[in-house]
Amino acid sequence: MDYTLKDLERYNTQIEEIAQEIGLDYYPQEFEIISFEDMLCYEAYVGMPSHYSHWSYGKTYDRLKTAYKYNLTGLPYEMVINSNPCIAYLMKDNTLALQVLTIAHVYGHNDFFKNNRMFTTYTNAKVTVERFKTHADRIRDYIQDPSIGYEAVEKILDAAHSIKYHCGEFEPMRYTKPEKTEFPYENLLEFIKYYGNLEDWQQDVMSIVMEESRYFLPQIETKIMNEGWATFWHYQIFKRLGVPQGLELEFYKVHNGVICQVPGNLNPYYIGFKIWQDLYHKYDGDFKKLAQIRTAERDASFIRSHLTYELCEESHLCEREEEERYYVVSEVSNEEGWKNIRNTLANSVGMGSIPTIRVKEVLRHENTLVLEHVGDGVNLVYLMLQKH
Amino acid sequence: MTAIFKEFQPHSRDRSVEDRRRHRELVEKSIKENIGSIISEESIIGKSKNKKIKIPIKGLKEYYFKYGRNQKGVVSGNGQEAKGKKIPKGDYQEGNGQGEDSAGNDEGEDIYETEVTIEEAISMLFEDLSLPYLEHKQFNEIETQYGSKRCGVRDKGARYRLSKKHSMIEKIKREKRCKRAMKEAGIEFDENERIPFHESDLKYFYKKPKMKRDSNAVVICIMDTSGSMGQTKKYLARSFYFLLYQFLTIKYMNVEIAFVAHTTVAKEVNENDFFHRGESGGTYISSGYEKALELIAERYNPANWNIYTFHCSDGDNWGEDNDKAVELANKLCETCNLFGYGEIKTSSYTSTIMSRYLEDVNKPNFTAVKITKKEDVWTAFKQMLAVESGKKAVAEEEADGLHA
Repeated sequence: MDYTLKDLERYNTQIEEIAQEIGLDYYPQEFEIISFEDMLCYEAYVGMPSHYSHWSYGKTYDRLKTAYKYNLTGLPYEMVINSNPCIAYLMKDNTLALQVLTIAHVYGHNDFFKNNRMFTTYTNAKVTVERFKTHADRIRDYIQDPSIGYEAVEKILDAAHSIKYHCGEFEPMRYTKPEKTEFPYENLLEFIKYYGNLEDWQQDVMSIVMEESRYFLPQIETKIMNEGWATFWHYQIFKRLGVPQGLELEFYKVHNGVICQVPGNLNPYYIGFKIWQDLYHKYDGDFKKLAQIRTAERDASFIRSHLTYELCEESHLCEREEEERYYVVSEVSNEEGWKNIRNTLANSVGMGSIPTIRVKEVLRHENTLVLEHVGDGVNLVYLMLQKH
Repeated sequence: MTAIFKEFQPHSRDRSVEDRRRHRELVEKSIKENIGSIISEESIIGKSKNKKIKIPIKGLKEYYFKYGRNQKGVVSGNGQEAKGKKIPKGDYQEGNGQGEDSAGNDEGEDIYETEVTIEEAISMLFEDLSLPYLEHKQFNEIETQYGSKRCGVRDKGARYRLSKKHSMIEKIKREKRCKRAMKEAGIEFDENERIPFHESDLKYFYKKPKMKRDSNAVVICIMDTSGSMGQTKKYLARSFYFLLYQFLTIKYMNVEIAFVAHTTVAKEVNENDFFHRGESGGTYISSGYEKALELIAERYNPANWNIYTFHCSDGDNWGEDNDKAVELANKLCETCNLFGYGEIKTSSYTSTIMSRYLEDVNKPNFTAVKITKKEDVWTAFKQMLAVESGKKAVAEEEADGLHA
């Protein structure tokens, strides 16, 4: 490190001043300086300071580590937790320019967490860290309970993880068994919790997985908006921040890396940044207008309302269908095609990438659960999941 | 409102240790379960031990519902795209940069493969067998001389091993002794008188023969390559030979491998031909055994080699050859540490030759196993090992008897 914590604090003070001038409204912020290994750990354990144990996180850790070792992917510069106070991690070996960019970026996320409707309605930032900790404690207790043990807990977690995103998207969380069962039943985790003949501790594990998934739903649903918002504001903040030239050059290099387009992929940072930039020009830099959008929308509606023809064309967005060995381009961004592209994108972002599965009926005598897929003629790769 | 900065804590706990250990354990479990199908893909010899093999993990997949292939996706392009154009997969560099999992079309995520080296896989495989062979290794050791080592000097030796230095030292020592003695006795002498070398001054280097403990083994793979042995059957045979070879590599220092392919006549072939060249025609199993005995006589003297002969066939031997085959099988049992017969059949009935062997080859070091599918390979191998260690137990008893 060729800079000190004092340097970071100094830059932070300036950044906060600018952020407040702009109008960003954020939770109190905490930065933790961590090592490369710590970052891998946080990444594997979904950013949480404490999280229950399961082999899949060990797998993620090893996979990430291998990927970084062979330079297949870069470490994330930022890791921000939707909590109050907001926690963010800074990797100690990063350069000063990267730290400054990350700090500025974090305030964008922090503002988004505090204000976006998805987050304010479905998560409670005040108790986030504490809740994950109690989850971890409860799972540990079950593992250490001689009548339950490691393998039994692992088995139920394996099963619960397979349906973790079928957790009753944006319905209020239910804490007691519903009085009347209505089919079809969309919340698979909840259904199995209440109707799966589970023991109390198993039901509790289902709740833990469900609560965690529901905590992450807003992030899944606003990936493009949220990353775009943070990227757009770190860019704006930096433009107003007077920094030495060397730092400036490196900053733009990193920034361009963040928003670079890779053909064949869709970079949420890029597309989000572009749309916010477009809106900024459209509303002449009026923060109030932008803030309204940031509060009210999620990715699907954001793209449907604000992705323009010009932007599609500029980004060479295209729609493709997958065949066995190749992709077939089905739409390109021209005057006829761009609306289809916009709609396809809006439909496939966030939870759109996860099939809707619901319980159709229960055949008690055959011990069978009949699930149905609600969809529009899209094939499912049905990976069998087991219960008991 | 100013942010709090928390200083770096150098001694943070790595909480992923336990989960990584568990994951690794599950990987190993999965490898053990799938070893039959893994090794059938591998070439037996001529590959480096460090070669990585990919092992698809069944137990480690995280299952979830996902869309199949026909979901439309939106990506950015390079401006060259046209409607209807086909883009081969892999044309774009995928999954790079900051962009995380692109929603929906992230192939390969669910098929998790782990990489281990062949050596790791093999040691995992043998780890759990708690084989008794390790203690018995000395039985198989053969001492051979290789080169020699200088080891001090002696009084006698061949002239070419004369050590000038040591001889000179001896001479000087004698000279000094002599002069001192004369001085003490008060005898006059000429200081510059030249004293010649004497026979007793000469010293010769001594060379000690260097012995090496060696243990050699040879695997003679005999395979029926007649028309009825299809590629699948050959693959099963190959998996088996692979295990046998790997096992012996642990047990012995030098392991050679010889391939004998037979139809009605037998010849020694290389590995590639052994597994890939299919021939048509009938089957005389005896021809393969004859060839193996011939190889043993020529190259692998049982006094120096531990010989493991294994024959894989589908058992469709021509009737008139059965007697001769049984006779030669007995003979092979006498010369080899182990002689095995693996019948590779996709149906369950037992062939004539197999039942003949079971009846008429009553040697403790004979084993006959049946392999019908991939999963049997490992079981068959373990069965064969039981025979191997059983024989060792007998040898141990004999050794004890001698001591008593």
